[in-house]
Amino acid sequence: MARRTPLFAIHQSAGARLVDFGGWDMPLQYGSLLAEHHAVRRAAGLFDVSHMCVVDLEGEGVRPFLLKVFANDVGKLSVPGKALYGCLLNERGGVIDDLIVYYLGEQWFRVVVNAGTRDKDLAWIRRHAEPYGLTVRERTDLAMLAVQGPEARTRLAALLPPPLAERALALGAFFGAELGRWFVSRTGYTGEDGFEVMVPVEEAEALWRALVAAGVLPCGLGARDTLRLEAGMNLYGNDMDETTNPLESGLAWTVAMSAPRAFIGREALEAVRARGLEHKLVGLVLEERGVLRSHQRVLAAGIGEGQITSGTFSPTLERSIALARVPIAAPDQVQVEVRGKPLAARVVKPPFVRHGKSLIG
Amino acid sequence: MSKVPSDLKYTRTHEWLRTLPDGTVEVGITDHAQHSLGDLVFVEVPEAGRTVTAGEPFAVVESVKAASDVYAPLSGEVTEGNGALAGAPETLNTDPYGAGWLARLRPAGALPGLLSAAEYEKLTAEEGD
Repeated sequence: MARRTPLFAIHQSAGARLVDFGGWDMPLQYGSLLAEHHAVRRAAGLFDVSHMCVVDLEGEGVRPFLLKVFANDVGKLSVPGKALYGCLLNERGGVIDDLIVYYLGEQWFRVVVNAGTRDKDLAWIRRHAEPYGLTVRERTDLAMLAVQGPEARTRLAALLPPPLAERALALGAFFGAELGRWFVSRTGYTGEDGFEVMVPVEEAEALWRALVAAGVLPCGLGARDTLRLEAGMNLYGNDMDETTNPLESGLAWTVAMSAPRAFIGREALEAVRARGLEHKLVGLVLEERGVLRSHQRVLAAGIGEGQITSGTFSPTLERSIALARVPIAAPDQVQVEVRGKPLAARVVKPPFVRHGKSLIG
Repeated sequence: MSKVPSDLKYTRTHEWLRTLPDGTVEVGITDHAQHSLGDLVFVEVPEAGRTVTAGEPFAVVESVKAASDVYAPLSGEVTEGNGALAGAPETLNTDPYGAGWLARLRPAGALPGLLSAAEYEKLTAEEGD
């Protein structure tokens, strides 16, 4: 039996098409996926992301613990509310999950991990947290909504009492704050400005309804995927997993190796670096008609083969785009085998779209 | 509830057929099919002159999320593919029984067993919308 978020009844009554995602019954789309996508690029869209797993880590040893298990450096976090994106790695340098870490106090950090990896993440965190004497608390009492798009912040702020609204609008990028009973952060997975809001489960439905009444369009996981791919953001399980390392997954920027810090996976990554990287994760723009899909073969003439890890039709660019893992020496022009036919694709550096604008020449 | 025009014939794989005055047969996908697929963003239709066998994939329709084959509902020769769809795949969503036709075929023999509108409606009701 798939799990359901506190907003499941709303999705059902809105006529959403439902899909299993990481063991959860989630809305794929409410109406037209393209309309949902464009609403986020042009105005504001609303996502139920309550399936994501929020975990509070508390105790004196929380910073040393994160310095050890998180591949990005929580030493960068000194201002309360600041968030940091990065990976949990295994000893082989493979990606256990990607996550956001919020610094809420010297003895209180909050992490948000993927729904599909919840069980193994929690087991991993609990196992490694034990010597640090941490309290690991899954916040199943919270629901999470993402409000995304150029109008998203003002729409949400309008629902807060003026002093809190002011604080919400003053949040810098990748900062969060407790505003009354809500935790509001200026984060997202769409390439647009916006907020992610954690609220007590019993308030989720009222907040959802208020945002919809304010003209924010409910959007499903279908649009969430096309938006994040246009924004060049990885999806765990597609673009990286335990068999791939962050350096060959477009995530080198999230691995802090310059400081002499002993984090899990570091030695393996140093060995990978010493041997030389074999692959890179790149963006592809299809130059012919067709749609790139995950697992299609990428052919780099005279060099070797790669594979699409995520592909879609880009509603903003009106052509197909993808992320692909290709040999490190792959040139700027490759071919992708699409339904038996080799089609020309151009290698680009993601993101493809940011703040409603195409970044692809 | 999806539309099922009573003057057309249907297949279990959600194609429709319309016999034209010149004896050729126009083929497309049903309203039920376009609705299940969602916003269509890519269509590949067969070229005129291609010979197809009933049941073989002869066109491709792709939504944002997935690619689907469309099966030839009869054996014969393609007389025309609807080239206008390449630049306007959304026509399949907005007018599946009209401007969204995929191809016209000249049947090689008698038409195979097809569903009436009533039978097709029953099939989609059983499958659920």
